[in-house]
Amino acid sequence: MELGKSNGYLDMELLRFTTAGSVDDGKSTLIGRLLYDSKSIFEDQYEAIKKSSERRGEPEVNLALLTDGLRAEREQGITIDVAYRYFATPKRKFIIADTPGHIQYTRNMVTGASTANLAIILVDSRKGVIEQTKRHAFIASLLGIPHVVVCINKMDLVDYDQKVFERIKKDFQGFASKLKVHDVQFLPISALKGDNVVDKSENMPWYGGPTLMYLLETVHIGSDLNLVDCRFPVQCVIRPQTDEHHDYRAYGGRIAGGVFKPGDKVMVLPSGFTTTISAIDGTTGPLLKAFAPMSVAIRLEDELDISRGDMLVRVNNVPTVSQDVDLMICWMSPAKLQPNGKYFIRHTTREARCVVKEILYKVDINTLHRMQDDKNVGMNDIARITLRTTKPLFFDKYQINRNTGSVILIDEGTNETVGAGMII
Amino acid sequence: MTLSYNLNHLRELEAESVFVIREVAAQFEKPALLFSGGKDSIIMVHLAVKAFRPAKIPFTLVHIDTGHNFDETIVYRDELVKSIGARLVVGSVQESIDKGRVIEETGPFASRNYLQTVTLLDTIEAHGFDALLGGGRRDEEKARAKERFFSHRDEFGQWDPKNQRPELWNIFNSRKKIGEHFRVFPISNWTEMDVWQYILMENIQMPSLYFSHWRECVNRKGVLLAKSDFLQLVDGEYYEKMHIRFRTIGDMSCTGATLSSAHTLEDIIQEVAAARVTERGSRADDKRTETAMEDRKREGYF
Repeated sequence: MELGKSNGYLDMELLRFTTAGSVDDGKSTLIGRLLYDSKSIFEDQYEAIKKSSERRGEPEVNLALLTDGLRAEREQGITIDVAYRYFATPKRKFIIADTPGHIQYTRNMVTGASTANLAIILVDSRKGVIEQTKRHAFIASLLGIPHVVVCINKMDLVDYDQKVFERIKKDFQGFASKLKVHDVQFLPISALKGDNVVDKSENMPWYGGPTLMYLLETVHIGSDLNLVDCRFPVQCVIRPQTDEHHDYRAYGGRIAGGVFKPGDKVMVLPSGFTTTISAIDGTTGPLLKAFAPMSVAIRLEDELDISRGDMLVRVNNVPTVSQDVDLMICWMSPAKLQPNGKYFIRHTTREARCVVKEILYKVDINTLHRMQDDKNVGMNDIARITLRTTKPLFFDKYQINRNTGSVILIDEGTNETVGAGMII
Repeated sequence: MTLSYNLNHLRELEAESVFVIREVAAQFEKPALLFSGGKDSIIMVHLAVKAFRPAKIPFTLVHIDTGHNFDETIVYRDELVKSIGARLVVGSVQESIDKGRVIEETGPFASRNYLQTVTLLDTIEAHGFDALLGGGRRDEEKARAKERFFSHRDEFGQWDPKNQRPELWNIFNSRKKIGEHFRVFPISNWTEMDVWQYILMENIQMPSLYFSHWRECVNRKGVLLAKSDFLQLVDGEYYEKMHIRFRTIGDMSCTGATLSSAHTLEDIIQEVAAARVTERGSRADDKRTETAMEDRKREGYF
């Protein structure tokens, strides 16, 4: 690996992906292989988990122990929570949100999926598309993950048979046509034997597509963020209050959508005043343009009353401004969603209170059926609801912009995060 | 300036960290930044400066001082504090010992590492800090792999890893009851390699300890410990001059050195790329038990 400023090693892209799989479908093996083959497992880590595996009487080195670091996880042999793992190749840096297969499955997968550009869904070639596969695909689509890679695993156990691969692919496509998944790719692999993971398989000459690693390194992620609709939620006001910078006043924030330039006419929400951007200060100094997901400080030509929770947008492209919000909610608390219940709601940098006006239906995440008669929304359930907020929010549909289309609900008594909402 | 709309991985991590740091300033009343003098806390300060410039950083720096410091760390700390005009609070482990709050370990393997938790929690309480920014990274250690960006601590400063709040998108829930506080980890998603690449890209001045130099060390069960007044040799141990550098910097009694000839940042990056053990592999404090880090974190450790 060549290093240094001159040869682009510092110019890698960042890809965040999530892995979804059922119990025993080889997910740990696959991740272990990606980490191992990219030399991201260190000797002391490997030795430590090897020793632990032996002590637990496991026949092979259990790679899940790499991040199942919590005492309770080790004692019970389960993964409790989303684990984040990291590896890099000379082309990209990867962040894996690895979600456990059984316990609180939906809550964890939704959490892991919320920041992912890509989802790997594992299918056991012997079992084909099962209920859990459908659940994974539904959550990937609901959370607006732009790229889905279906890895049909354990091909070695079905004699690397093309017919098996094609049949599963067809089954999946039939199901996924009902979902909003835009970019789906299918790969026949064997995580255990290494077929089509990093190296091309010699056992499946009928497969002409890329390996998983090649796909992860090259999938086009440049258009995953919304670069059209300009949205700048104000995080904080930056005022030095020193003699040297007496008149400096800037609004700190992370661009949630679109491209901003000095000279742009902008509107401030909720006041509706318009003004012009006089300068944008980025992490590297003054900028001629700033785009999502940059963190910047924006200066304006006029002195207006602007504070945290306000939003700068383009005059001719304004988000929905409303106190009524329709959304799909994933419930994450053992205490059920209360009809007419009141919660704190957080959306971009804005906080309000809200009341649950209506629970329209619950989704059966295995069949996608809408259950209009069952409005009992508990832990790991997904439902369509409407909310009324104490003050207007400035939002877009989640499928248009994940940053301005997402909310969380917080219980007023316990302060726990109890719901994750996607605006529709 | 090019016309592309891509950020490289370091700029994207930087944007995420600056966002988190600003969230802390906006969501808390009295936040502070934990500063150990190590590379992670140095880039934390660097990022905080960027987040608020030309204004000063709105955080007090907090150094939990075990009294077993490398001289270079204190010199670096004081110069940095002066250059950015920040306020510094030092929580002294020696004072905690003198007051009888903690009892010092004795013997050749004694370390003040464990005592820091009490000093830290006392300092938080004395100053009423409601959020502490730390430079912890998820790739560092397995118990850290499941940390949140915003990590809730109860009134005893304890971490409950089994009941953490889910954290979605980049919406952070800072709600808490009186007496509770948060630890916040803006560089959660950085790896050791990212940190060094960023230091190189930004040309950040680093303490000399990170670069290769000659130093008298003792090899204790594979961990190379620097000669100091705080270290007692046991039978069969002896000091020898070694060409080393430090991959992590903490308390002198538990920070191990690595044999190295890396003189420049480029050399260090080469070395990190080729390394076959984790950076904490040289930390004696993590080696006491399999879940040493989790056990300390539950009680309120960094």
